[in-house]
Amino acid sequence: MAASRSGSVARAVGYGVASIALYVLLFVYADETVELARRTREGDKILFLVPIVIAFAFSIVHGAFTGHFWAAVGLKPAVKSKKKKK
Amino acid sequence: MEAITFIQIDPASAVQLFLVGFVGGMVSGFIGSGGAFVLTPAMMTMGAPGIVAVASNMCHKFPKAIVGALKRHEYGQVDWKLGIAMGVFAEVGVYVGKHVMSGIRSAYGDVGTSLYVSMVFIVVLGIVGTFVLRDAWRLYKAEGAGVDVHTHKVTRVARYLQSVEIPGTMVYFASLQARMSIVFIAPLGFATGMLAATIAVGGFIGVPSMIYLLGAPALMASATELVIAFIMGLGGTIFYALDGVVDIRLAMIILAGSLFGIQLGAVGTTYVKDHAVKLVMGLIMVIVLFSRFFYIPGYLAGMGRIDSLDPRTLATLKLLGDGTLVLALAVGGLAILWALVSGMTEHRQRHEELAAVDGIED
Repeated sequence: MAASRSGSVARAVGYGVASIALYVLLFVYADETVELARRTREGDKILFLVPIVIAFAFSIVHGAFTGHFWAAVGLKPAVKSKKKKK
Repeated sequence: MEAITFIQIDPASAVQLFLVGFVGGMVSGFIGSGGAFVLTPAMMTMGAPGIVAVASNMCHKFPKAIVGALKRHEYGQVDWKLGIAMGVFAEVGVYVGKHVMSGIRSAYGDVGTSLYVSMVFIVVLGIVGTFVLRDAWRLYKAEGAGVDVHTHKVTRVARYLQSVEIPGTMVYFASLQARMSIVFIAPLGFATGMLAATIAVGGFIGVPSMIYLLGAPALMASATELVIAFIMGLGGTIFYALDGVVDIRLAMIILAGSLFGIQLGAVGTTYVKDHAVKLVMGLIMVIVLFSRFFYIPGYLAGMGRIDSLDPRTLATLKLLGDGTLVLALAVGGLAILWALVSGMTEHRQRHEELAAVDGIED
């Protein structure tokens, strides 16, 4: 139990760092993403792929981070206790 | 056509978007698919035009949907064949819905799309919210009477539709444990996609139609909806991204909060009674519905359909709309957190009591 919790903590930290890095990049290049959308509107249609790829990448990395984060915190679904038959 | 406007995102609005995403995700996780209905109005409240809010909402949802579908596939809850069949027709609906939206934008500008999205929201949330609250009341009474509310009963309509044999169109679906004609699947998928392209939430049609019209169990319907959401979300995002109206900054900040919230909400459902889930869902729907009313005069004035409004009146209406939406998010968020915390405390106490009894018996 403790081992799996510490494993979750390690993975949460790893994915957390990767997730923060992605969001820092997004903020640094925020104006460029707006510019890419403008260029798509003006005819560079192939650029439509950029938001799709970004969405997948963020979803995988940040999704893994949040999953391990809650596991590390100890949030678990309720286990329905069965009544004992004697 | 007027130039599309992406909202300015500064650190304060990024925090607001994160919180909105968190509550939206929590509602999604708590009530199953369809919880993203709070996100489109929230983005619009922050100044995003209707078309950008819908496009960005779809973009944040589709990768999440496939992750959710694969997770629930592990529990054997996903009917891939039904999901793909509905999804293909939903894609057609998304395409048509997106064209309607683009047409409105060409004719009336961004304010026209905001009005259109708000009107559809009011109608859909009014209908679905009423049904959900009625369901909550029925479940509350059934739970009080000790009636089992989990047994799946196939409705009469579903049984009839399953019995109709249309040669060359019949397909067996595992979730229905029956054959169903594609002729009946097509309009349901189409309507799901059409709604998704309009308000970014197709699940309001997809899930109930799979349960009540096709005969799928509720758990499988909500899991299969994730497959449909992925197919139409990906398609919708491509259609909207080709028009350059997906604001990826907006979508990813919402996603950041949403992925935290969705898991919290999903765990919350395991600690509360079914009627509580429906009650929270219905309440949020009704409050969100009322929040959209306050923006309508402003949109109509912006389109020149009514006399222009005094700036102070406009500001007051916006404040009322924003306040009502904040109330919806606060009610939803706090209700779920309260349900989760009290449920977990009660659960822990029960386990400690059982452990104590076991200890004595041992």
